[in-house]
Amino acid sequence: MSKVASTTIRDSLSVSLTVGAYGVAFGAAAVANGFTLAQSCALSLLTFSGASQFAVIGVLGAGGSAVSAIATASLLGIRNGLYGIVVAPILSVDGIKRVLASQITIDESTAVALRQEKLGPAAMRHGFWLTGIGVFIFWNLFTLAGALGAQAMGDPSVWGLDAAVPAAFLGLVWPRLTTTTARAVACSSVITALVLTPFAPAGLPIIATALIAIAIGSRKVKS
Amino acid sequence: MSAQWVAVIGTSLITFALKFIGQSVPQKWLTNPRIVGISALIPIALLSALVAVQSFTEKTNLVIDHRVAGISVAIIALFLKAPFPVVVIASAATSALVYKYS
Repeated sequence: MSKVASTTIRDSLSVSLTVGAYGVAFGAAAVANGFTLAQSCALSLLTFSGASQFAVIGVLGAGGSAVSAIATASLLGIRNGLYGIVVAPILSVDGIKRVLASQITIDESTAVALRQEKLGPAAMRHGFWLTGIGVFIFWNLFTLAGALGAQAMGDPSVWGLDAAVPAAFLGLVWPRLTTTTARAVACSSVITALVLTPFAPAGLPIIATALIAIAIGSRKVKS
Repeated sequence: MSAQWVAVIGTSLITFALKFIGQSVPQKWLTNPRIVGISALIPIALLSALVAVQSFTEKTNLVIDHRVAGISVAIIALFLKAPFPVVVIASAATSALVYKYS
């Protein structure tokens, strides 16, 4: 394995810690919504996708059925499938490595990998694995801490974590907004997601913006 | 088995399957220049939408709260070409302060 660039390590660690710390909020929320310690930790280990996990505990906590919880969480999980399509050519792994890569294919690992583009494909792979594994470790440790009753840190707003997470994603996508096309896609996606939020089920406003990428991406090639 | 366990296991199986299917799409489908262009734009669309939803919504409502202060500081920091950890920490600190004093 080639040497890992220090900026790649810095990006990966920053994201892993910021997002991982949010696991406290998940762990505390899961227990508050009637999940046991084992169930809360199992969600973080096995589902390992923050949005889907919050959907499961939210739907069941509000009295919904297991089926509607699974449906909502799956809708939110489609995003990771799309990320898988994007990162697979960079990783080019199969067998057990593809299974491991799949489990850590999430917003964070994809975003950090793409941010390393200027440093080359090796740096993109490093970014993916370091961030995916880093988030996995911290997310699960902090879920356990939150579920065990770390109520002192239970409210993420007090620590600014609810702003830090979107700020981190913005920081990751920012370097890619260098072309008019990319900016147009970003702005349209922000507006579309917000306009759809009051009407569409959770998860759909975000996935729907993939259609914007497809529409603008197809036109771009013709011109 | 409780509804919680059914939901935990069902969700885990489906979300993993979605990730694995995405990772397993044949590469030869992805060499068409149009597909390459689209796949570069998809994360930009999804991540931008994610930022918007995480900053301006609460369940299914649009809201303006302390997070707006945090994300605004992040945008300013990014325009000033601040390093990534500075962007995140400045955003968190601002949001936390606004949350505390509002």
